[in-house]
Amino acid sequence: MTEPLLRIERLTRRFGGVLAADTITLDIAREEVHAVIGPNGAGKTTLIGLVAGEIAPQEGSVRFDGGDITRLPAHRRSRLGLARSFQITSLFRDFTALDNVALAVQAHRDHSFRFWRDARNEDELRKPALEALARVGLAERAGVRVERLSHGEHRQLEIAMALATQPRLLLLDEPMAGMGPEESAQMVRLLQGLKGRMTILLIEHDMEAVFALADRLTVLVYGRIIASGPPEAIRADAAVREAYLGEQGSGKGGARHG
Amino acid sequence: MLYFIEQCLNGAQLGMLLFLLAAGLTLVFGIMDLVNLAHGSLYMLGAYFAATIAALTGSFVVAVVLALVGCLIAGMVLEVIAIRRLYGRDHLNHVLGTFGLLLFFNELVRLVWGPAGLTLPLPQPMLTAAQIIPGVYYPLYRLVMIVAALAVAALLYAMVMRTRLGMLIRAGASNREMAAALGVNIKLLYTFVFGLGAALAGFAGVMQAPILTVQIGMGENILILAFVVIIIGGIGSIRGAFVASLVVGLIDTVGRAFLPDLLHRVLSTNAAATLGPALSSMSIYMLMAAILVFRPEGLFPAASR
Amino acid sequence: MSGSFDPSLEAAPGYSFTARTAFTVALLAVLALLPAYAAWSGNAFVLTLFTRVLILALGAVSLNLIMGYGGMVSFGHAAYLGVGGYAVGILAREGVDSGFVQWPAAIAAAALYALVVGALSLRTRGVYFIMITLAFAQMIYYVAIGLDRYGGDDGLTIYRRSQFGGLLDLNNKTVFYYLCFAFLLGGIYLVARIVNSRFGLVIRGTRSNERRMHAIGFATFRYKLVCFVIAGALCGLAGALLANHTNFISPALMHWTRSGDLIVMVVLGGLGSLFGPLIGAAVFLLLEEGLSRLTEYPDLILGPLLLLVAIYAHGGIEGLLKRRSRD
Repeated sequence: MTEPLLRIERLTRRFGGVLAADTITLDIAREEVHAVIGPNGAGKTTLIGLVAGEIAPQEGSVRFDGGDITRLPAHRRSRLGLARSFQITSLFRDFTALDNVALAVQAHRDHSFRFWRDARNEDELRKPALEALARVGLAERAGVRVERLSHGEHRQLEIAMALATQPRLLLLDEPMAGMGPEESAQMVRLLQGLKGRMTILLIEHDMEAVFALADRLTVLVYGRIIASGPPEAIRADAAVREAYLGEQGSGKGGARHG
Repeated sequence: MLYFIEQCLNGAQLGMLLFLLAAGLTLVFGIMDLVNLAHGSLYMLGAYFAATIAALTGSFVVAVVLALVGCLIAGMVLEVIAIRRLYGRDHLNHVLGTFGLLLFFNELVRLVWGPAGLTLPLPQPMLTAAQIIPGVYYPLYRLVMIVAALAVAALLYAMVMRTRLGMLIRAGASNREMAAALGVNIKLLYTFVFGLGAALAGFAGVMQAPILTVQIGMGENILILAFVVIIIGGIGSIRGAFVASLVVGLIDTVGRAFLPDLLHRVLSTNAAATLGPALSSMSIYMLMAAILVFRPEGLFPAASR
Repeated sequence: MSGSFDPSLEAAPGYSFTARTAFTVALLAVLALLPAYAAWSGNAFVLTLFTRVLILALGAVSLNLIMGYGGMVSFGHAAYLGVGGYAVGILAREGVDSGFVQWPAAIAAAALYALVVGALSLRTRGVYFIMITLAFAQMIYYVAIGLDRYGGDDGLTIYRRSQFGGLLDLNNKTVFYYLCFAFLLGGIYLVARIVNSRFGLVIRGTRSNERRMHAIGFATFRYKLVCFVIAGALCGLAGALLANHTNFISPALMHWTRSGDLIVMVVLGGLGSLFGPLIGAAVFLLLEEGLSRLTEYPDLILGPLLLLVAIYAHGGIEGLLKRRSRD
């Protein structure tokens, strides 16, 4: 299978005077882990928004599994198999962790025009939700309300919700944002567990995680791709070193594993 | 034809009235993010103040000026005592709180001035009909109203766009924390903006008092029209409010004048008689509904927010 | 973040003995025994007053469904009371007395109006939504005023209450009271089942974080619309009851300040709680009644009171009780 799962062509998006996405062209191969890196404000979250369907492009197209999804809204894309996690945690705060994930499961089960039966008693929804929680390591916290969970647990929950929709493409926007070294390592292990079974488009600042996970890297600066390829090639690329890696150093400070 | 021109002018006049109200509302909403249902109460107070002062002093002009000042002060006092405690809360809280204020003001007016309305007589020269184009006469006062409202609109525009104060207002609207950090006294600014909105509402109330009404609850009906104007024009946009006010004023007035006739020609007498008044009052809501279908964010949506 | 709302997620009445449960049970007991009290004390007025409480509580229950659980602040909900009431009134005027025709018509008419208003208004949110529902309510108010054949501004007297072919005599105040009570309890039970169903979770999730709902794959608009229609229909039923209660229907019932009253009832009782609307309706109407006996200018007190509630109260009265029972 040589056809890419996701094909982005000349995707362009302006916000007022800012060109957040500048003719971005990118292919994501099946079962690939593709990381997008770049300095702050490079347009990485905009890219996720464009692929997920939250933002409409002014030019360009997005093709998923051979079909044109450029005009499809976010919820339709989710139904097709795209799942995303948010950079700034976006959960149902007044519900429990299990409720959150169960809703994600419910979204992908025919329709929700059921008015009578108690949805919290539906095994069909609760069991897959518990499984997803277990996968990210939150099984014991299932009954805890989101507002009582820690930040790291929120990030894990974001992943669980994405997984619960049984996606074919995972869009992860800085899953490790705000996490300490131990939690980050845990998250990396989780994502490594998904490698080969799922296609992932990953945005991250944590360079160690990126190099541990990514099959390919793309570097985004001011909305433009300045380099794209295997990690070693990117590491060696002079333009990239100058624009990004050179300024940043070699990863998050203080978290070097030997 | 003459009748048509007259109705158009009446429509423009209603439009200007609506603009004064909508401008104040949209200003307060755009800057303080506050929904104010008591805006109509300030409109009512303006009319009552003017009527009372005119009766006391015998001078129309003095009444207008003092009523404006009164509304400005009343608005600022209201902001300090009550309104500012609602900032940052959910819109539902705003609705609830200002609804309480609305009830309070209606009752207060009833207590102070009694249940029957008041009148504000026009000075003699205003009662004449001016000839605007040969053969077409229009009451002078109504013309004065239109001109006065346009003048206020121009002043408002100049103030917001050209003065330092206006700049502060716009800065406060787009980023209040930053403006506060830069030393702008946000609290004072908000009080002033609210007072300004109140003065605009009061001015509208005063202007329409001689020809329309001075009575309890007069603010409610026109307030909703002002909301419709804001929806059509786009929240936060003064330009949108201006265009939408004219459109709404014209459609409502011309609609009421001509729609029943039109219906009589098309439908049976009975049907037309039943539907006529109902449909004419519905015309602007139908316009609003149409805008919602095709352009939910309004004609001139404010860029930010 | 403002958060003055504290939606109760345990929708079914808790069996743990909390202050909230105790209060609710006590209130229900009082309501159940009221006709007996009225008969014993000879005070017929209290029966009339509380019938009104029950009917408007049903209206508040329907508003709570979309507002408390759904986050849709509708400032035009009284319109459905009016549409339901006018359905009964107009049919009665045209000679159709049967409740079996009138009441379903009231519910259907209200549902239809809710469908139209909802389809247009739900494309917006926040302040826009509040203003638009307000505008649509005002529109139907003016339409009613224009209906000369059916009383126009003066309103329409309904000479005969809805007839149910000998099954129920609505002219019997006690029978009517218990009928309204039954509908209220039925309405609350219906809401209880809805908010815990798949549909209800979608509605509540949308209120909580609509963006998230889209991201996981829900087309939220259709669910909100259906919820809006259900609420409208339920309120239409309340309208039919109200028309019977007063033997009269007028445009004043649909004035937007009446919609404001409904919102007050829901907020006072605590948004997103099952019995909150009933508590709110009771408190509001009794307060209104009490204040108007106390003074000739009741709104001078009621107005500022509402302002204080808006400024200070979190979760209304129910929330107050709940907080005391939580540790």
